[in-house]
Amino acid sequence: MYFRHFEHAAPSPAAATELTRRQFLKVTGVAGTGLTLGLLVPGVAAAAGGGAPIGSFAMPFVHIAPDNTVTVICKHLEAGQGVWTGLPAIVAEELDAAWSQMRVVNAPAQVPQYGNLAMGGQIQLTGGSTAVANSWQQLREAGATARAMLVRAAAKTWKVPANDITVSEGVVSHGKRTATFGQLAHAAAQQPVPAQVQLKDPANFRIIGNDKLPRLDSRAKSTGKQQFGIDVRLPGMMTAVVMRPPRFGGKVTSFDASKAKAVAGVVDVVQIPRGVAVVGRDMWSAKQGREALQVTWDESGAEKRGTDALMKEYRAMGAGKEAVTVTKSGDADAALAQAGKRVEGEFEFPYLAHAPMEPLTAVCRLSPDACEVWAGSQFQTVDQANIAAAVGLKPAQVSINTLAAGGTFGRRATPDSDYLSEVASIAKATGGKYPVRLIWTREDDVTGGRYRPMNYHRVAAALGKDGKVAWRQRIVGQSIVGGTAFAAMMIKDGVDPTAVGGSAAEQYDLTDVHVSWTEAKVGVPVLWWRSVENTHMAYSKEVIIDELAQAAGQDPVAFRLALLQKHPRHVGALKLVAEKAGWDKPFAGGAGRGRGVAVHESFGTVVAQVAEVTVTGDKITVDRVVCAVDCGVAVTPDVIRAQMQSAIGYGLSAALMGKITLTDGHVDQTNFHQYQVLRMPDMPRLIEVHIVPSANAPSGVGEPGLPPIAPAVANAVRAATGVRLRTLPFDLAAARRA
Amino acid sequence: MSVKLTVNGVTSDLEVDPAMPLLWVIRDHLLLTGTKFGCGMALCGACTVHIDGVATRSCVLPVSAAQGKQVTTIEGLATPAAKAVQSAWIALDVPQCGYCQSGQIMSASALLTGNPKPSDADIDGAMAGNICRCATYVRIRHAIHEAAAGLPAATMAHG
Ligand code: FES
Ligand code: FES
Repeated sequence: MYFRHFEHAAPSPAAATELTRRQFLKVTGVAGTGLTLGLLVPGVAAAAGGGAPIGSFAMPFVHIAPDNTVTVICKHLEAGQGVWTGLPAIVAEELDAAWSQMRVVNAPAQVPQYGNLAMGGQIQLTGGSTAVANSWQQLREAGATARAMLVRAAAKTWKVPANDITVSEGVVSHGKRTATFGQLAHAAAQQPVPAQVQLKDPANFRIIGNDKLPRLDSRAKSTGKQQFGIDVRLPGMMTAVVMRPPRFGGKVTSFDASKAKAVAGVVDVVQIPRGVAVVGRDMWSAKQGREALQVTWDESGAEKRGTDALMKEYRAMGAGKEAVTVTKSGDADAALAQAGKRVEGEFEFPYLAHAPMEPLTAVCRLSPDACEVWAGSQFQTVDQANIAAAVGLKPAQVSINTLAAGGTFGRRATPDSDYLSEVASIAKATGGKYPVRLIWTREDDVTGGRYRPMNYHRVAAALGKDGKVAWRQRIVGQSIVGGTAFAAMMIKDGVDPTAVGGSAAEQYDLTDVHVSWTEAKVGVPVLWWRSVENTHMAYSKEVIIDELAQAAGQDPVAFRLALLQKHPRHVGALKLVAEKAGWDKPFAGGAGRGRGVAVHESFGTVVAQVAEVTVTGDKITVDRVVCAVDCGVAVTPDVIRAQMQSAIGYGLSAALMGKITLTDGHVDQTNFHQYQVLRMPDMPRLIEVHIVPSANAPSGVGEPGLPPIAPAVANAVRAATGVRLRTLPFDLAAARRA
Repeated sequence: MSVKLTVNGVTSDLEVDPAMPLLWVIRDHLLLTGTKFGCGMALCGACTVHIDGVATRSCVLPVSAAQGKQVTTIEGLATPAAKAVQSAWIALDVPQCGYCQSGQIMSASALLTGNPKPSDADIDGAMAGNICRCATYVRIRHAIHEAAAGLPAATMAHG
């Protein structure tokens, strides 16, 4: 998911802090006028996340209950990336809470108080690896404010100066007198909200940066108790599946529901804007009903090209008329013509499905004046608007219960809220007579579009006698945000940054550069896919740089370091990974073994990786990956390690086997037997993650671990075999023939 | 039609199509939602349950075929191997999104019940049918070894 490019709409860091504070005061109802008692007791608790019992301390991000639990209200979707641990850690730190008393619940869909501050604060969403980064200041202040109010409550009760009170591990003390947070919660709620709070000196952090901090969700997720969207059950609920057009852009002409309705358990068959829904009393009946359903489709506007034909067009476009300039400085063509060492490459990247393990699912209950939805919503504000439009209500009449998502990788953040619009449309079409649960089957998911766009790159780079590198690159692919509500905000000078960001011009010290983009107009719906444009931009960049080093007879790490003098964080990550991988020592290789390196910045985080591979025949085995990450302050180091491991595995899946193809507009893959994904035996046995020490504000970790892995492996394979891998997923046999 | 089914030691008479996959009976009729749907084609392992102790994909097994057998889901896991597996999972913070983990734990505990000291190759063999899109595989392997070792699955040295 991708939102770095909202930056121009976002306030400066100082303004963001101010905004946070103003919002904070506003939603707690105390702006300027002192405390309104009623706002801190149950009425507000319900509005601010629900469920705080009487006697609680309840503010928008923190509830403290009489039973001494501290609940953090999480405005971001937990989809595995660890926000249910990272965000509570920030609050617990400033509050001086004990980790064992921390709990977490999801926030309701409500802006501005739960808006994402990295996107201006008016839209609630999780993406762009921003969860910790945009919550950092906000939650530190929330924790510090709650702490200050607990201290004041104790000072008042004990009639002692607040300055003499200490707080540690969830206990407030003065001399021999102590009280738990729970005991003070009610009194704390009566205290005025301080206008200024003192934040901790990072030197005193004991939760943030704690290597052994356990995740808050491991137990529920290891016992089958974690509830996901697919697990929601409401009284009288029915289950729906949708028959969608066999080709993208198709529309329903007519349908015959008689056979579907004859299936035991089928209760309704209704047309919705995206197809025809079959509703049954359980999943089995709905699915069987769909198999019996007959629909005729209008395919006049459908995309009928296949991916072979499309790639042929892309190659021609990449050699044809120059389109939009992404970045240009110096004179790349002249420099390329003069330089001695030159490398070139044409790169091809396939469509990729996200395929989160939990297929898209949502539950909807509709009444004449309210619509309530349960789902792993990632885009709450947008989803609210789209659901409202689908059922004919106002966004404020739509409430969303955000549940844990069984993975997303970007898939649940669609500008048109596809699956949520569907479930709302079904509820509307069935008159709200029962709550309805929509389940996408895996086939619906794999064939359903919203792919990482197919891309073609053509790169030429050269090393001049002065040691300077000239770079010329043409990119052909679809726009992700084009045609969506985000286009106006994000597309500048005709460039969709989600298509072409992160080029060599941004990441290395280059003077003669020209990168251009040709937008392909294709009817296959595309979307941000974990690390978005970096999935392909990092690949061609790091492979070509590596080949340039080889052409120059230089060490790949030293060669990069010389080109990174204006990029100290790249240097730091690269040096750390080289040290930990033992790069300066000769590689204990042997036949078929090789190692390769890559470095890339995305979402404000720099990651460098060294991959060690064994090539046996045409099979590539990745034995070991060493990873160094600079993500600013490491809030939860073990979650960061987990995210690096995860992104390496997800990226390797794409590099080694991920591919969606189309024949005459029909998707060729339907389920995991055809859309192959990484499994246990393919995962590197050794992944070592090292975190670059940093005092900078935290940046994202969900996505940045992905971009370097494919080029690091490709560079290792080239070192082992001399074969250049230009097409993804890797096909060594085909590459040897090329 | 009526089906007699024993899940986690409890026997129920259910009015369901005997061809309905066991998965949907467990989820939609017995309301045990720890067992997950991931593919419906025995390709991902999210739906893994034990049938008479054997790890089985419930998404392709007609419920009629489970009659007269002991079905165990994640909610009913109680063997020492299973408890060791779950403790190791929690101690090592294996889950990310968590959606695949019921199935992973069912496969891992069946593995350890039959093979208390699995090698890496044994783990590859037993776990290859369980997909984790969050790619928690490094920790799954580590946790299986920890559980097998019967050690307190302690430190977080899996970075
Ligand atoms: S749902 Fe049964 S194996 Fe995937
Ligand atoms: S933990 Fe997310 S799929 Fe395994």
